[in-house]
Amino acid sequence: MTLRLPRQPMIRNLLLALCGAGILYFVTSLLSPYNDYLVGEIALYLIALAGLSLLTGVTGQISLGHGAFMAVGAYTVALLMTHTQLNFIVELLAAIGAAAVLGLLIGVPATRLKGPYLAGMTLLVALALPPIADRWTTTFGGDQGLTTTVPNAPGTINPEEWLAWIQIIGALITLVLLANLLRSRFGRSFRAVRDDEISASLAGIHVARTKVMAFVISAACAGLAGAFLGLSTGVVNTGEFPLTLSIQLLAAMVLGGTGSLMGMWWGAILLVYLPQWSTSLSSHFNLGSGASAYLATIVFGAVLIVVMLIAPTGMQGGLRWGWRWGVSFISGRLRQNLSSANSTP
Amino acid sequence: MRQSNDRSTGRWVRVSLAGVIGLALATTVLTTSAGAASTPGVTSTSINIGATVPLTGPAAPGYDEIAPAMNAVFDWVNAHGGVDGRKINYNYLDDGYNPANTATLTRKLVLQDNIFADVGSLGTPTQAAVQSFLNTQKVPQLFIESGCDCWSNPKFPESFGWQPPYTVEGKILGAYIKSHFAGEKVGYLSQGDEFGQDFVKGLDEEIPSASVVSRQTYDASTLAGPLSNQVAALKAAGAQVVAMATIPAATALAMLPAAAIGYQPQYVISNVGADAPTVGPLLSSFTLAGKGTAAQAKATAGLLNGVITDSYFAPESDVSNPWVQVEKKLLAKYAPSLYAKAGLDGNTQYGIALAYTFVQALQAAGKNLTRAGLLAAIEKSGKNFVTPGFVPLSYSSSVHFGFQGAEVIKLSTTAPPAVTPTGSWIGATPVTGVEVTNVGSGPVKEYTGKTSTPPKKLVSTS
Repeated sequence: MTLRLPRQPMIRNLLLALCGAGILYFVTSLLSPYNDYLVGEIALYLIALAGLSLLTGVTGQISLGHGAFMAVGAYTVALLMTHTQLNFIVELLAAIGAAAVLGLLIGVPATRLKGPYLAGMTLLVALALPPIADRWTTTFGGDQGLTTTVPNAPGTINPEEWLAWIQIIGALITLVLLANLLRSRFGRSFRAVRDDEISASLAGIHVARTKVMAFVISAACAGLAGAFLGLSTGVVNTGEFPLTLSIQLLAAMVLGGTGSLMGMWWGAILLVYLPQWSTSLSSHFNLGSGASAYLATIVFGAVLIVVMLIAPTGMQGGLRWGWRWGVSFISGRLRQNLSSANSTP
Repeated sequence: MRQSNDRSTGRWVRVSLAGVIGLALATTVLTTSAGAASTPGVTSTSINIGATVPLTGPAAPGYDEIAPAMNAVFDWVNAHGGVDGRKINYNYLDDGYNPANTATLTRKLVLQDNIFADVGSLGTPTQAAVQSFLNTQKVPQLFIESGCDCWSNPKFPESFGWQPPYTVEGKILGAYIKSHFAGEKVGYLSQGDEFGQDFVKGLDEEIPSASVVSRQTYDASTLAGPLSNQVAALKAAGAQVVAMATIPAATALAMLPAAAIGYQPQYVISNVGADAPTVGPLLSSFTLAGKGTAAQAKATAGLLNGVITDSYFAPESDVSNPWVQVEKKLLAKYAPSLYAKAGLDGNTQYGIALAYTFVQALQAAGKNLTRAGLLAAIEKSGKNFVTPGFVPLSYSSSVHFGFQGAEVIKLSTTAPPAVTPTGSWIGATPVTGVEVTNVGSGPVKEYTGKTSTPPKKLVSTS
């Protein structure tokens, strides 16, 4: 009870973000360039997952097609870098904007759909969008794709650490903004629409507008994540956005904790590190390269099943439960000891 | 008010704890890279190389045989003392044909595993994604398994192709169509990506545009059923010759609906999608999946009779060829389970030939092995390497393409069949001599030089 944070969400979240930035700075300066690269990937998937969590967890709208929004963000940044000399931040904002526009285009008809029908529509978008780039290969670079360039790192920071930093800052800003949003009137509208659309509408919430807003915001997040993915890979082509990307995002969101923001750290860490862990596991047991490739998929599936059995609300929910249980257990014991001490004559 | 402060305080503590635990977890699996040797990946007893290939996913069938076949060659080399006393360790990772995975895995291989060179990685979109990174890091990107024109680029001196560029193949087959089917109507069926586009570019260099009556394409990533629309369009346009740039599955998915509507054009197919032991089983299994009878499935093998394609090394059906014999021996001895499953087919032959090229590059680079030395050795001596190819490799200081020649062959029941564990498949006979050309507008010429035979050491010790 000695820790007293300011009550205003914006300031509180900013402080948390600064804390996180400090920890991450410490961590990235210790890590090797390859692991800095991985931390950057975790940050970018975190952005996409946070948006997806807002859409699916908080507003209750399923999206099986988030890969398409990432593709739009990536291609926007790549096209601008190829054809223009715009400022880097402007290019990122353009990527966010383009993805948000697609989110609007998808979101408006999506208000009429629910459940599996909505899922089917978003799935269609994920399948239909990448081949557009394959159709007009002169514009979109075809198989070779369009190259992206990361702005030069200042001083002697190595490029992987610099890129990771750009991605981490993007992730922290996104988290702060989304955390504030969820605490606000809009956040309450999102939850109301998820829980009971009719009651929400009776309470004066414009249901369709809320759903569209959720789509636009989550698409914008995915657009930024896609732009960062394009920077990580160095090249943007349709091979980076298969259907499995959208499914993996959904699975990682569920693993982390549908509806939570901080839980998305777990989802992103698992998305990036599980393949690495299974590769080192299989080389430890001397399995062939073919077996180790399939092992990654099996391990991901196994982790998903185990986490869902132990902690149905995802890892964040599981940790929360564990914390509460621990706190109540300890305080129960303390109370017992105190009362027994008092009652001893 | 106090209540909300307690909640936020609790959350604040919880969150930081979660963060710290998470970071601790992450840190325990992170290893710092070992100190780099003077030449990364090379010690006095070993050479570490790596690659990214599709071992899972839709691109895997067939292509997942190449890297294990390469490993068979390296096992043979290691069993006989290695190169200059160094054993070759080949670490090939699965990228599932997704360039985002390729980017991560290649960085792992270079930054963490300190490979000497990236050898035999597969795919155009995947390798294009890491070309700039590998060149910036000055890691050789050798013998990329793709026919893209983009691997011979002075901006990227570390990158080398190996197989004939698709444009070269298109030109050679296009020249054949021009001379042997003059005046006939030609239709194209090509994959809607760089493979198909480059192949068509080559065809168009040779075939007069007036003869091309229909240009059909298909998308590989959404290939799920018969290409009936494309085939119907080709028939409606009256195409008597159909030039195809198709992967094996697409070849089968085009020939089956064509047969169903009684359309029997002269097929001229890129070697990518014309390997009989690969396409034959697909014709049969797709027929069965489409509720055909076993007899119908068996009969589909006949569809391949008369197909024109090209080959840049002796095919597996040419059992008297000394290269084919040594490849079979090597594969059976050093990769027995792969041999039992796939036998010697187009993919395993490809892997063996590529790996043997790399071994010779190492030998040419000498005992004092450096990355720059390896590249210089390939550029200087690559033309003299002994390979199963009909033509020598084209490497020079200005050209980073490997083979730029092939012979046109016809799949024919008169040729000895290709026998693999999956069955007996139609063999091929050459219908032209070996032809060479380049990716530009140069002519297609007959190759009059020699074709190498396997060296005695390879034959005796494999």
